[in-house]
Amino acid sequence: MTEVDGPETATSMNRRKAVKTFVGLGLASALTDCAPASQSSAGEMPGPPPAQGPQLQPEPEVAPSLDEHEHPADGDVLVFALGARKGEVVTPDDVPLHGPQIFVYAGDTDGAHGASASRLDQIALLRLDPLNLSEETAVHAADGIVAYSAMCTHEGCDVSDWSSERRRLICPCHDSEFDPTDNGQVTEGPARRRLAALPLKLVDGQLVVAGGFTGRVGFRNP
Amino acid sequence: MKLDRYWTAIRLIVLVVLAVPGLGIAQQSATSYRVVTDERLKEPEAENWLFYRGTYNGWGYSPLEQINSENVGSLVPVWAFSTGVNGGHEAVPIVNDGIMFVTTPGNQVIAIDARTGDLLWLYQHELAEDAIAYHYTNRGVALYGDKVFTATLDAKVVALDATSGEVVWDASVADNASGYYMTLAPLTAEGKVMVGVSGGELGIRGFVVALDTETGEEVWRAHTIPASGEPGNETWPGDSWRTGGAAVWLTGHYDPDLGLTYWGTGNPGPWMGDARPGDNLYTNSVIALDIETGELVGHHQYHWNGSWDWDEVSTPLLIDVEREGRVFPALVHPGRNGYLWLLERSADEISFVDAWPYVRQDVFTSIDPESGRPSYDEQKKPGIGFRAPFCPSLWGGKDWPPAAYNPRTELLYIPVNENLCGSILGREIEYEPGRSFTGAESQMTVWPGAEHIGELQAWDMSTGEEVWTREFESPNWGPVLTTAGNLVFMGGTTDRNFRAFDARTGDQLWEHRTNSGIIGVPSTYMIDGVQYIAVQSGWGVDAASMTRRINRDLGTETFVPEGGVIWVFALQN
Repeated sequence: MTEVDGPETATSMNRRKAVKTFVGLGLASALTDCAPASQSSAGEMPGPPPAQGPQLQPEPEVAPSLDEHEHPADGDVLVFALGARKGEVVTPDDVPLHGPQIFVYAGDTDGAHGASASRLDQIALLRLDPLNLSEETAVHAADGIVAYSAMCTHEGCDVSDWSSERRRLICPCHDSEFDPTDNGQVTEGPARRRLAALPLKLVDGQLVVAGGFTGRVGFRNP
Repeated sequence: MKLDRYWTAIRLIVLVVLAVPGLGIAQQSATSYRVVTDERLKEPEAENWLFYRGTYNGWGYSPLEQINSENVGSLVPVWAFSTGVNGGHEAVPIVNDGIMFVTTPGNQVIAIDARTGDLLWLYQHELAEDAIAYHYTNRGVALYGDKVFTATLDAKVVALDATSGEVVWDASVADNASGYYMTLAPLTAEGKVMVGVSGGELGIRGFVVALDTETGEEVWRAHTIPASGEPGNETWPGDSWRTGGAAVWLTGHYDPDLGLTYWGTGNPGPWMGDARPGDNLYTNSVIALDIETGELVGHHQYHWNGSWDWDEVSTPLLIDVEREGRVFPALVHPGRNGYLWLLERSADEISFVDAWPYVRQDVFTSIDPESGRPSYDEQKKPGIGFRAPFCPSLWGGKDWPPAAYNPRTELLYIPVNENLCGSILGREIEYEPGRSFTGAESQMTVWPGAEHIGELQAWDMSTGEEVWTREFESPNWGPVLTTAGNLVFMGGTTDRNFRAFDARTGDQLWEHRTNSGIIGVPSTYMIDGVQYIAVQSGWGVDAASMTRRINRDLGTETFVPEGGVIWVFALQN
């Protein structure tokens, strides 16, 4: 699941009461508590996440919930996020070797998902030579296919550009570059965090999600 | 809203009680707020900085002269205030009778005691984490009546009570999910708060909208691209006008005598002109909108069928210029396209007078002497599958940082980037709402052997003469302030300095190194007989992108740390 910031502690609330602070409610899109609140204080880690249970549990055939922010989750399929094949399930053959990335969303196996998905859930999918992947990256790749959050960790633009010469995912907004062969690490530009990876696996030749994002998605400022 | 009306009623009762004579309560208490009226906006007090460029004519000029070219050497910081966020801090500090209002990236509005730097209140707009905004910044508030107005990244206008910071109303003016967002400071006049919109890279259809300041209800909306059947639509093939861009992302100026507001429009989308052959009205233009109705009364298009990402969003300054013995009301525009434009404004049109380059420009082969229409070197015009090189770069001779005009020196001060060129390669692209619709990839290079990039140029518009120029090794993204104290203030460079220059000679008289690079619009104000200069220091957005591209081209490692701080200076006493 997407990593969640901890709840506000008593100390942070008292700090805030010292000045008058008004949070405009506006018409924010519906976010479940999977997405961290924009008002959380940085640096207040809640401790280790709750136990997930033994790793040997069999993967469920269907994702546990239709709630869009339960995705991406173990067992999801991937569907095209845009273009002529929007909403169609992505097969391994759809992912060309050496990029560019395809934008997809994760959804449950009966295909219900995608139309109203948030960019927080958007995934950049591409196929690389398995020999070029770092050990860390190889763990979450499936036959050289890797997936990362498509939202730039600098200021949230879609990471939509690709350099085939340098093998970099590039954000067109401020030129941040991420290395998909090295777990989405930043190699250029102003972003300070890697792109969270989404583990993949092949199940009977089908491309399937093997777990939630491996890190924080999006950016904070404030 | 019901709760707001209840509290408004309570406030009214309290004010009525206080106003009854004989109760002995001071009219002007420490917490009373002097409402901002049309009269004040048309002739603002020298002690205040009531909106983006100080006055409706867009001059960025203050009549204050306590700080002047004799004593500016002793200017020192008197207080500083962290904004708590990173990213490009472009907003001007607005000041009304000792209360300063500042906005930041991520849509905070902060009210501060302008003398002491104490916080009065802070408003944090809640932005959805998947909001679309390619430029994570904001350029400031506008004031009207007892309210403070801000435009948000999720395409809302929010009205706050100036005293308490509480939301009075908010209005959504466009759909952020389709790529509409806002970064500009609003314009207020005649009971209306007016904003344009960003998102030209996402295939929006630009507009300016006017809302009632009391209620937030829409009064008029003027699209910057005419719809089918409207005059000018024929300059677009097929349905390309629907996603044609023409964003308006800088604050308009206002001529109260003519009753006209002036706005700059951005480039067409997608970026390649051959995707949409035709002049593409009213992209890359100045448009005149009737302030009461929003009716388009006149326009001038600086360059047709744009293909270089040269948004002409900077609003021209309203200056009286003398040419051939005749003084006329002009619009003066240092263009992104590298030409300095002199236009004449009147009740029913905008007409071309003159234009000339102020930086190296190799795209225009000529300018028609009557219409001002440029002709192009086709080898310098990028297209789909055709990479063309051109100067200046896509960021132009001057990007969004505003120029300033000083009526005492009669000089126009322009923040410039010279010696930068670029190239663009276009590709086919299909429109998808909320997705990038540039259909282009761009590069930028430094002119080989160049010894400087940034400049501050001083021009006499009547003689057409460049009177002085200061050069900087660093690129320059510094908005300009000029004062009756014979001073020009500007930051904008990667060395993090804020500088003061002699307005007549250009000699540098003072500098102070700050926490980050200064891309904030400076302002000045006076409280209890003391003059202050205020500016935000906080690098980011395109200034940072340009610096990175220069580093890549030259192999340099210039680094500017991020983090916003409001700086206030005064003379050492």
